[in-house]
Amino acid sequence: MFGTIMSKKILLNSKEIHIILNRLACQLIENHTNFENTVLIGIQPRGVALAERLVSILKKNYNIANVKLGHLDITFYRDDFRRRDAPLTANKTHIDFTIENKKVVFIDDVLFSGRSIRSALTAIQSFGRPTEIELLVLIDRRFSRHLPIQPDYRGRQVDVINEERVTVNWKEKDGKDTVYIINN
Amino acid sequence: MSQLSVNHLLGIKHINKDDIDLIFKTADHFKEVINRPIKKVPSLRDITIANLFFENSTRTKLSFELAEKRLSADIINFSAAQSSVKKGETLIDTANNILSMKVDLIVMRHPNVGACDFLSKHVDAKIVNAGDGTHEHPTQALLDSYSIREKLGSVKGKKIIIVGDILHSRVALSNIYALNLQGAEVKVCGPKTVIPKYIESLGVGVEYNIKKALEWCDVANVLRVQNERMAINYFPSTREYAQLFGINKKLLESLGKKIVIMHPGPINRGVEITSDVADADQSIILNQVENGVAIRMAVIYLLAQQIERSK
Repeated sequence: MFGTIMSKKILLNSKEIHIILNRLACQLIENHTNFENTVLIGIQPRGVALAERLVSILKKNYNIANVKLGHLDITFYRDDFRRRDAPLTANKTHIDFTIENKKVVFIDDVLFSGRSIRSALTAIQSFGRPTEIELLVLIDRRFSRHLPIQPDYRGRQVDVINEERVTVNWKEKDGKDTVYIINN
Repeated sequence: MSQLSVNHLLGIKHINKDDIDLIFKTADHFKEVINRPIKKVPSLRDITIANLFFENSTRTKLSFELAEKRLSADIINFSAAQSSVKKGETLIDTANNILSMKVDLIVMRHPNVGACDFLSKHVDAKIVNAGDGTHEHPTQALLDSYSIREKLGSVKGKKIIIVGDILHSRVALSNIYALNLQGAEVKVCGPKTVIPKYIESLGVGVEYNIKKALEWCDVANVLRVQNERMAINYFPSTREYAQLFGINKKLLESLGKKIVIMHPGPINRGVEITSDVADADQSIILNQVENGVAIRMAVIYLLAQQIERSK
């Protein structure tokens, strides 16, 4: 818009992200040991990259292979269908294992209003009844919640105002691991 | 692109290639949904759909109904046989009466050409054409192309033969439009009496010999002989039709290549195709039925997206 200046601030650089991801991987191991009864679900679209990164850390650094990873798209379960200016575009859901009686860990990059996670909680029921569901996020935007949803594992908690956006860039997709706070 | 260029699905003639791509992409997601243990999404919870069938239908009606239910829409069904249409009510009156019950979207099949176009101009609801007379049957053409894309990877550049009663077939016309949009080569094949004059002006070729037609094509879409739409006899007998244009195993094996067999159903076994052809592994007739639900979910979802929410 005319007269406003977009500002972009680095919240986490690639080294900090590296340390945080290793810590999150360790916390997952603490609770799920060898992941025999646990499945990881990356929430589409932005949670998938984080989930894939965690899986590769578990494999490379801690020798835990065969961690089951699925992708869940929540588009058809959102509560803002026909309420947005722009139509929603769906992404691919890929879960090729059963989640019945499994521990599920949802993985997403930024936790904001909690509405995506609410949708994911409904969506995952279509695949069975898990024994429990946990939530792992890289960035937890405190004070922005619309629903009573809190993460079990968090990378970094931040206080940002509603007008600000938090975006996570990944090396694989965007060239560099960085978390930005953008004000526009 | 994430929105259709049209407000109603009246025919393939009114849509473009981007619309087809969007419908297919959305259908891919819904195909995954209908293969889950729980095959339902809550997207259309606040949408009501009326299925108005002024003409008999089994599979299209079931397929639409299932698609609507999988999207969690509320639905009401109406068939002309048990309705006030028999008492002389006009189409607009019937539709407006139903709309007074707060219906957002109408799926209609009607024996008259253009009935859906007409309705779309006079009532305030999204219209999906489920077949209007001998004119168009857009969702069938979409699911046919979608099934070809699934089986052969793409539709572009493929050679498709449409065999049968082209004159009375809405499936043929919609398929010709859809296949042309996607860059396929299309020919029609059938007795001279049921091939419309000037069909070449639609950009399709004509072949009167079934063996030559099959040798040419990658896919044969075999239509049903629609005796109920024929006021006179267009060919001497069903037996002669079966002999001249029927597809049997021996004919297929003589081709020296494997072509894909499609049929929109219901099949007259032993007339347009024999049982061993209908049930062969190169036939994708049952895939067409499964894909029909995904395609109809996509069409309804994309149209419902445009409905303004009541405040």
